[in-house]
Amino acid sequence: MQRLSREQMAMRVARDIPEGAYVNLGIGLPTLVANHLPKDREVFLHSENGLLGMGPAPAPGDEDYDLINAGKQPVTLLPGGAYFHHADSFAMMRGGHLDICVLGAFQVSTTGDLANWHTGAPDAIPAVGGAMDLAIGAKRTFVMMEHLARTGESKIVERCTYPLTGIGCVSRIYTDLAVLDVTRRGLKVVEIFNDLPFGELQKVTGVPLFD
Amino acid sequence: MIDKVSASVEAALRDVPDGATVMIGGFGGAGQPAELIDALIAQGARDLTIVNNNAGNGEVGLAALLKTGRVRKIICSFPRQVDSQIFDGLFRAGKIELELVPQGNLAERIRAAGAGIGGFFTPTGYGTELAKGKGTREIGGRMYVLESPIHADVALIKAEKGDRLGNLVYRKTARNFGPIMATAAKLTIASVHEIVPVGELDPENIVTPGIFVHRLVKVPRTVTGPAGFRQAA
Repeated sequence: MQRLSREQMAMRVARDIPEGAYVNLGIGLPTLVANHLPKDREVFLHSENGLLGMGPAPAPGDEDYDLINAGKQPVTLLPGGAYFHHADSFAMMRGGHLDICVLGAFQVSTTGDLANWHTGAPDAIPAVGGAMDLAIGAKRTFVMMEHLARTGESKIVERCTYPLTGIGCVSRIYTDLAVLDVTRRGLKVVEIFNDLPFGELQKVTGVPLFD
Repeated sequence: MIDKVSASVEAALRDVPDGATVMIGGFGGAGQPAELIDALIAQGARDLTIVNNNAGNGEVGLAALLKTGRVRKIICSFPRQVDSQIFDGLFRAGKIELELVPQGNLAERIRAAGAGIGGFFTPTGYGTELAKGKGTREIGGRMYVLESPIHADVALIKAEKGDRLGNLVYRKTARNFGPIMATAAKLTIASVHEIVPVGELDPENIVTPGIFVHRLVKVPRTVTGPAGFRQAA
């Protein structure tokens, strides 16, 4: 099985982000999507700590830690961007004003339940941040993750075993093997990468897929 | 003449009582009022409940306050960070209580307190373990969770510039929780890097009107350092 690299996954997600979209890219893998948005496409990136119109990382030496993203990394503000306080920022999310939110995940269920904030391990210190607000707030929630966990099992499951972030909130799943839409009938295959036969994809996926 | 300017951070923090709920602004290092936290440590109030997005970074600011053992409980959304070792240790030793709140609920609960709202229904967290035991309601075909306001005795916030009336403007994303925390506390104390004459702040651009601010104190301008920083994926 030939899998997409993380950059290739980011490139594939970026292709589906249209001109004029207001988008929040979650911490981790989704952050890479920003590097692949075409320069001629006007897309507004939102960061939940109070920033719309987020630009790329500053040049070395120009870092300003009063201007950071949700991962607390220094960023820049594009012309036309704005700062606002936390309640306004989460109104943009919860209020359905963002077009797309891209999140990483531990597991996604066939009905679009998302688990991405906590492994539930007894010694783990729980931290949720904006994950639950992001999951349920945007018009469309994309998940971007490896198809299989490091231990080999499918991260796409009938029912999440990790603690839930949101119920029925995921609209589309991008993995390193395929793109899947969450539909009323279950998971519909939109695209399979690198000519992997449908049967092979089905075999490694924990739940039934349809074409 | 109204003059909310305190002569020093010590004077501004002089009367924080034991057992107080203290909101502290900031997201990681941005907007964290380090000088006010240091003054709170020196002042010595104990048995505190702290409201902040995080639970301290490194060994300074909020982390240093936690280290004193005077914080009974923290209400926050994201305690675990690469440099949250002080909180991690206290939590694992059972020496601090944690109320974990989704970040948007934290912001809205603070906003609700400041706006006189007795509670609100939010879709965030519905069906998750962070909504366990809370009331729910179906509204327009969607499920919502009943959340309550968070009031504070004291809010410590960092702004960029203010005047003697307490009007404030902020700097970039250091604004974060400052404006909402200012509204939710009985006593709001702001640190600023510059105090300007009344009338100089553009009224169109005042972010926190002085009615929400009780004391402000000038602190030297320092460069915000990295905190809670996570390397790119």
